[in-house]
Amino acid sequence: MAVTDTDATERVEPEPVATEDPTLSPVVDHGGMHMHTPVPEVMHHNHRAPAPATIDHAERGPRGVKLAKISKTGDRVFRTMAITSGLVIVLLVLFVGIFLLALALPSLQADQDNFLTSRNWTVVGNELRFGIVGLLWTTVLTSLLAMAIAVPVSVGVALCLTQYLHKRASGPVSFVVDLLAAVPSIIFGLWGLIVLGPFLAPAAEWLISKLGWIPLFSRNVDPKGSVFVASVVLAIMMLPIVTAISRDVFAQTPRDQIEAALALGATRWEVIRTAVLPYGRSGVISASMLGLGRVLGETIAVMIILTTPPAGSPFTPSIFAGGETFASKIANNASEFDSPSKTGAFIAAGLVLFLVTFAVNAMARVIADRGGAKS
Amino acid sequence: MSATTNDAQLTLRRPGGVRTVKNALATVYVTVVTVLAIVPLAWVLYTVITKGIRLILSSDWWLQSQRGITPRREGGGAYHAIVGTVEMALICAAIAVPLGILGAILLIEYAKGTKVARGVSFMVDVLSGIPSIVAALFIYALFITIFGFGRSAIAVSCALVLLMLPVVLRSTEEMLKLVPQELREASYALGVPKWKTIVRVVIPTAFSGITTGVMLGVARVMGETAPLLILVSYAVGINFSPTSDTMGALPTMINSGRDQAPQLPGYERVWAAALTLIIIVMLLNLLARLIARASKLKEK
Repeated sequence: MAVTDTDATERVEPEPVATEDPTLSPVVDHGGMHMHTPVPEVMHHNHRAPAPATIDHAERGPRGVKLAKISKTGDRVFRTMAITSGLVIVLLVLFVGIFLLALALPSLQADQDNFLTSRNWTVVGNELRFGIVGLLWTTVLTSLLAMAIAVPVSVGVALCLTQYLHKRASGPVSFVVDLLAAVPSIIFGLWGLIVLGPFLAPAAEWLISKLGWIPLFSRNVDPKGSVFVASVVLAIMMLPIVTAISRDVFAQTPRDQIEAALALGATRWEVIRTAVLPYGRSGVISASMLGLGRVLGETIAVMIILTTPPAGSPFTPSIFAGGETFASKIANNASEFDSPSKTGAFIAAGLVLFLVTFAVNAMARVIADRGGAKS
Repeated sequence: MSATTNDAQLTLRRPGGVRTVKNALATVYVTVVTVLAIVPLAWVLYTVITKGIRLILSSDWWLQSQRGITPRREGGGAYHAIVGTVEMALICAAIAVPLGILGAILLIEYAKGTKVARGVSFMVDVLSGIPSIVAALFIYALFITIFGFGRSAIAVSCALVLLMLPVVLRSTEEMLKLVPQELREASYALGVPKWKTIVRVVIPTAFSGITTGVMLGVARVMGETAPLLILVSYAVGINFSPTSDTMGALPTMINSGRDQAPQLPGYERVWAAALTLIIIVMLLNLLARLIARASKLKEK
């Protein structure tokens, strides 16, 4: 592994560097610190030189000065500890994938329905019939709807904080929005079901009466614990994440571009449209994806709010119906993990959720890296 | 644009009607949306405080458990749940904090710019995206299905480690990046070995920032419910043993009581538990932010 490789370079490399020119190494090191691009191979040997350089001094110090000999043991122990912790982190993530897959496979093989296309979830007894389409639909629908609500609001808030408000006012407002992220999701769930659900009922009723002919808005038996309410709560949970990242990106808009737009006589909105938004676009997209990754896996709030439809009920695309997401399905049945085949089915659902969130997060990072602005 | 040239003379005029209207609309939108963003927090806090304040003002709430108390009876407290929540968070922190800080030291002090750093950093990104339910399933798979242990509070703590680790590691990493290189060089120049430089110079300089990260991490895991649902049963009595299969916790106290009819005393206790949880989490957050503000290292 790469770990042993660096070990070897550490032991062999520093000696000649230090004897040739001890002052060189800190300077190179300094440059390395401020570079955010990967340091080229040659540089990173030098980069580690300072510590051994002092040891070199100790061995042949200037005349008349007595320098103590420094033991290398402490350094070795500490380095090993740091590398071990890095290894633990890497293994931890690999294990998550490996163990979930290992436990899901037997159940997947025993599955008599197509795992990817079935809406059934029968895992009692010997006959396993389960598929993820229903779960995937509700998960994606709630998350996308949440994103559709949260992103325009977040961008507006971030613009207000960076372009409209005075610094003295934007501080406290940012603080309040950040605190929203601190509220535990179970409290959002409870509040969503008991307070927000009834409050949104008239709005839901209005939407159904006006747009009910579209399947997405069709009337359903139980509009109280609906996808609609869950999405609004998820949007609230997503809001601080997207706002914080968008705010940071907008705040970095080059001053000269804003001033150039102003000099051409642009109004404040035109400055935003021509300078701020184009600059922050990739940051906002990446922030939205990160927020999406977060709400895809949200468990308890969704579980509390969404009404679980009775088994075997027909599929409805409506946002005013209940449903189950991956996370809420697993959590709802957590007390029934008794046989390995049954547990395996839920673990398979967890594995799919893991892969979906991984893909969304990876996409967010790629977009952020490609875009100019760093969050 | 607003300025038009007329031969040699420049005439400046105010933006035209459509543009002014658009600008005004944007201002209105931005203002409305910002007010809208503040409403949920205020609303949630208002709901939880008005419904839960009566119970948490009595000393019984903080000193008694729910043992022998049915939803129809008044009385009892959340002591068992507070103990459980704090204990599980502390065990989690005991594992996640050293691991996170050492990981950050690896990324910044030892492997900066190398393939190792990029690999570990990528894994931390993956880890920070793992939903809590998946972390819980993983620990269930590892501890219970494969090792054959029972459900326990320790298992919950281990699942929480996966959620807290990236928070601690990333905030430590950010802080270590801010420690001036000159400090390290001064230390090396005095002949101090690298590890001692890290322990005695770099970490103390970044200490307040690391503390902030740890506190935010603790606050985050305290409110997590999914691992509790999967890995431990809710206990109504006081239990200090992390290896037993039942333990109270504030999120599960809320979850187990939330189906009751609103007129029962048990229903009020659900909101009181929610208020207790919010108070603990908010205090940790506020304290963390205060420490961050007082910190000597500032982000540019």
